Amino acid sequence: MNAKTPRQKMPEQRPEDRKRNFDEVPLGYTPEVAVVEAGRCLQCKKPLCVEGCPVSINIPGFIKEIAEKNFIGAIKVIKESSSLPAVCGRVCPQESQCEAKCILGKKFEPVAIGKLEGFVADYEREVEHLPAPVPGVKKDKKVAIIGSGPAGLTVAGELANAGYSVTVFEALHTPGGVLVYGIPEFRLPKKIVTYEIDALAALGVEFVINRIVGLSESLGDIMKRFDAAFVATGAGLPSFLNIPGEELQGVYSANEYLTRVNLMKAYKFPEYDTPVIRGNSMAVFGAGNVAMDSARTAVRLGCDEVHLIYRRSRDEMPARAEESHHAEEEGVIFDLLTNPVRLLGDENGRLCGVECVKMELGEPDDSGRRRPVEIKGSEFIIKIDAAIVAIGNGSNPILQKTAPDLKCNKWGNIIADETTMKTSVKGVFAGGDIVTGAATVIEAMGAGRKAAKGMIDYLESGSW
Amino acid sequence: MHYIHSNDIIQPTLGKMVVDAPYVAEYRKPGQFIILRIDECGERMPLTISDADKTKGTITLFYQIVGTTTKKLAGMKAGERVKDIVGPLGHPTEVEKYGTVVCIGGGIGIAPLYPISKGMKEAGNKVINILGARAGNLFILEDEMSRIGDDNIVCTDDGSRGKKGFVTDMLRDVMAAEQVDLVVAIGPVPMMKAVSMQTKEKGIKTYVSLNSVMIDGTGMCGGCRVTVGGETKFTCVDGPEFDGHLVDFDNLGSRLKTYHVEEKESYTTYNHKCKLDGAVGDEC
Ligand SMILES: Cc1cc2nc3c(=O)[nH]c(=O)nc-3n(C[C@H](O)[C@H](O)[C@H](O)COP(=O)(O)OP(=O)(O)OC[C@H]3O[C@@H](n4cnc5c(N)ncnc54)[C@H](O)[C@@H]3O)c2cc1C
Ligand SMILES: Cc1cc2nc3c(=O)[nH]c(=O)nc-3n(C[C@H](O)[C@H](O)[C@H](O)COP(=O)(O)OP(=O)(O)OC[C@H]3O[C@@H](n4cnc5c(N)ncnc54)[C@H](O)[C@@H]3O)c2cc1C
Ligand code: SF4
Ligand code: SF4
Ligand code: FES
Repeated sequence: MNAKTPRQKMPEQRPEDRKRNFDEVPLGYTPEVAVVEAGRCLQCKKPLCVEGCPVSINIPGFIKEIAEKNFIGAIKVIKESSSLPAVCGRVCPQESQCEAKCILGKKFEPVAIGKLEGFVADYEREVEHLPAPVPGVKKDKKVAIIGSGPAGLTVAGELANAGYSVTVFEALHTPGGVLVYGIPEFRLPKKIVTYEIDALAALGVEFVINRIVGLSESLGDIMKRFDAAFVATGAGLPSFLNIPGEELQGVYSANEYLTRVNLMKAYKFPEYDTPVIRGNSMAVFGAGNVAMDSARTAVRLGCDEVHLIYRRSRDEMPARAEESHHAEEEGVIFDLLTNPVRLLGDENGRLCGVECVKMELGEPDDSGRRRPVEIKGSEFIIKIDAAIVAIGNGSNPILQKTAPDLKCNKWGNIIADETTMKTSVKGVFAGGDIVTGAATVIEAMGAGRKAAKGMIDYLESGSW
Repeated sequence: MHYIHSNDIIQPTLGKMVVDAPYVAEYRKPGQFIILRIDECGERMPLTISDADKTKGTITLFYQIVGTTTKKLAGMKAGERVKDIVGPLGHPTEVEKYGTVVCIGGGIGIAPLYPISKGMKEAGNKVINILGARAGNLFILEDEMSRIGDDNIVCTDDGSRGKKGFVTDMLRDVMAAEQVDLVVAIGPVPMMKAVSMQTKEKGIKTYVSLNSVMIDGTGMCGGCRVTVGGETKFTCVDGPEFDGHLVDFDNLGSRLKTYHVEEKESYTTYNHKCKLDGAVGDEC
C-alpha cells in the first residue's frame, strides 16, 4: 500500500463531446485502476471515513477486498449497510461525507471511496452477479410502502428479505422517485435504477404503479389492508420565485423541466411524444444540484447560452463541487451575485427576457452566511427564451390531506421518531425527504434502514 | 395495461373509448379525470372521466382528435391495451342542492359535463342543460343529456341544429326568464371566459373546468399552474374546477399555446412514421 500514489483520476467524456449526448460523464474505473486506488487506503484501525457515511458502510473492509481483487467480496461488505451502492457511488456528496473525513485528505488527497463503491456495484451488475439473496422465513404479515424513491426501495428490500410480503405504491408510471424523474441520465443511467427495481421484484416485492395514496384510498384505508406502512412520498412540491412573469410560456419549475426530459424522455422528441423547449438562451435560477442538473440538461438539448443565476457568491453554492465544475466545463455561464427581479414576455405571452439586479454581500444572516443585498441602479436585462426555477421543493401534501391524525410540522413534513421512524399513527412509519425536507439519497436510504428495523420490531412484538 | 373494450370514432374528430380501469371506476366522482399514457413513447394525457361502470370495472372517455396522442388513441382497436391510466385525479365537483343549476357544455366539454349534470339532478336540483357546438353533426351525448335536464337547449353557431347562436345567447335568455343559482360551464377557453363575464355581472356563482397542460397530475411539477384570484393554483390538485369569476383565462389560453411548434412537428413525424410502417403503435 502506498499513500503517496496519487488519487486515481476518473476518466471522463470530454466536455465538447458530452455536451451533445446524455451518456454518463465518468467512464468508470478499470479493474486495474480500482485496485491501485484501493491500495492507497491505509486501512485505519479507527477509520474516520466510516463516521462520515450516513449508513456507516465498512469502508476499509470493502476497499481491502478490492485491493485483493475480490470484487464480489467487496460488494458483499457494502451490501451489509447499503442497498443502492451503484446509485450512491455516483450521487453521494462524498466530498462532504466519507471522503471529507478520510485521513489521507489531511496531507494528500482522500481515497476515492465513492468511485470505488460505484466500481464494485457496476462490476456486480455487469460482470459477475451476486446470487440473489434468499428471503427469510415467509411471514404472514403485509407491509405497504408509499413512494418508491430511495427511502421506499430500501425498506422494500429489507422487509422482503426478512420474509414479509411487501407492496409498493407509486404515483408515477415508473418506480424510482427522484432517481428516475429528477436526476438526469448523464449522472445516473436509468438502467441502474431499473436493475435495482427488477431485483426487488424478483424478491417478491409487488409494485403498484399509477396509484396515488391519499386521493381515493387514504392512508387509513391502506392500514385496513396492511399490518404496517412506510410513508416515503418525498419532497415533490416546487417552489417558485414569486416574481412578476412566472406565468409566461417558457417558465418551468426544475421538476417539470427534468420530468419532461428524464421520465418522459423529451430529449428523444419527436421519437418520444413529450416536448420540451430547447431554447437558444436560457436562465436557471438557483445553484444546488437541481439547478446544475437543469443547466447541464439545457446544454445537452442544444441551448447555446445557459445562464445560472444565483444571488450569493460561489462559496455559498450548495451544489456538489464536482457538479458545478462539470457545468462550467460544459459552458454554463455563472451569473453570481445576481438576482432576478421580473420575467419579461412578448406580445404572445412568451418569455423573452429576465431583468436582474446585481447583489453584494452584507452582514451575516441567521444561517451565518453573508446576506446578499441589492446594489441600487444595477438592473440589467438578459435575453432568454426559457427559464427554469430551481430554488427548492416543499413537502408533497397529497397523502397528509386525507390523513388528519398524521402529525406534521409547520412546513408540512411528517414528524417521525429519529431512531424508529414511527409517526403519530400506530403502525405507520415515515422517512426520507417527506420527513427531513429535501436532503440526499443516502440520508433517505439511512432513514429507510432505521425504519425497516423499527418496523420489524413492531411487527414481531406488536407493541407500539 | 388496460384492456380496451371498445373504441369508436363517432364523429370525424371525436372518439369514444371504453377501457378497463377498475380502481378508477370504483372511486371516481363527477368532475374528476385520469391521465393516460398509450405506450412507452407516449405523452401523459389528461382526459375527463365521462362515465364509469363499477361492476364491469370500465370507464368511458371522449376525446377530440387534435394532435399526436389523440390520433394514436383513435388508431387503437378493441382488444388492444393502453399502457398506463392513473386516477381518479382532481377535486370532484361540489355536488349539492343549489336550486336551479344551468349546465353549459361546448363541444367536447359536454363529455365532462355529463356526470356533473347527472349528479346535480340526483341531488335534487332543477337542471337546465345548454349544449352548443359549431355545427349540428358535432354533438355528443345529446340523448343522455336530454334525459337528465328539466330543460335542454341545443344551439349551433350556424343554426344547423337547434337554435342558432352561441351558448351565451341561450344563457342570457335563461337568466332573463328565471332565477339561476349556479352555472357550470365546460368548453373551449373563450366560451368559459364569456360565460363567466356574463354571470359575474349578475353575481351568479360559476364553476369552470380548466384544461391546462399537465404532466404528473400530482402537484409535483407546477406545469399546470393557473392564476385564480391573483394566486397561483395547480389545476391538477387544486382544480380542475375553479370559480370562473376569478380565473385568468387569457393566461390559461396563452400557456396552452406553449408547444404549438413542437405539437406540429410531433404530428408530422407521427404521420410520416405511420405511412412508413403502415402500422400504428406496435413499437411506438
Ligand atoms: C434534480 C435532483 C438532483 C438531485 N441530486 C442529488 C445528488 O446528486 N445527490 C444526492 O444525494 N441527492 C440528490 N438529490 C436529492 C435526492 O434525490 C432526494 O433527497 C431523495 O431522492 C429522497 O428520497 P425519498 O425516497 O425520500 O423521495 P423521492 O425520491 O422524492 O421519492 C418519492 C416518491 O413517492 C411518490 N409519491 C409521492 N406521493 C405519493 C402518494 N401519495 N402515493 C404514492 N406515491 C407517492 C413520488 O412519485 C416519488 O416517486 C437530488 C434531487 C433532485 C430533485
Ligand atoms: C383535466 C383535463 C381534462 C381533459 N379532458 C378532456 C376530455 O375529456 N376530452 C378531450 O378531448 N380533451 C380533454 N382534455 C384535453 C386533452 O388532454 C388534450 O386535448 C390532449 O392532451 C391533446 O393531445 P394531443 O397530443 O392529441 O394534441 P397536441 O399535439 O398536444 O395538441 C394539439 C392541439 O391541442 C391543444 N392542446 C394541447 N394540450 C391541451 C390541453 N391540455 N387542453 C386543451 N387543448 C390542448 C394544443 O394547443 C393544440 O392546439 C383535458 C385536459 C385536462 C387538463
Ligand atoms: S454511501 Fe455515500 S457517504 Fe457512504 S461510503 Fe458510499 S459514497 Fe460515501
Ligand atoms: S480514512 Fe481513508 S485511509 Fe483510513 S480507512 Fe478510511 S478510506 Fe482508508
Ligand atoms: S400536472 Fe404537474 S403539478 Fe399539476
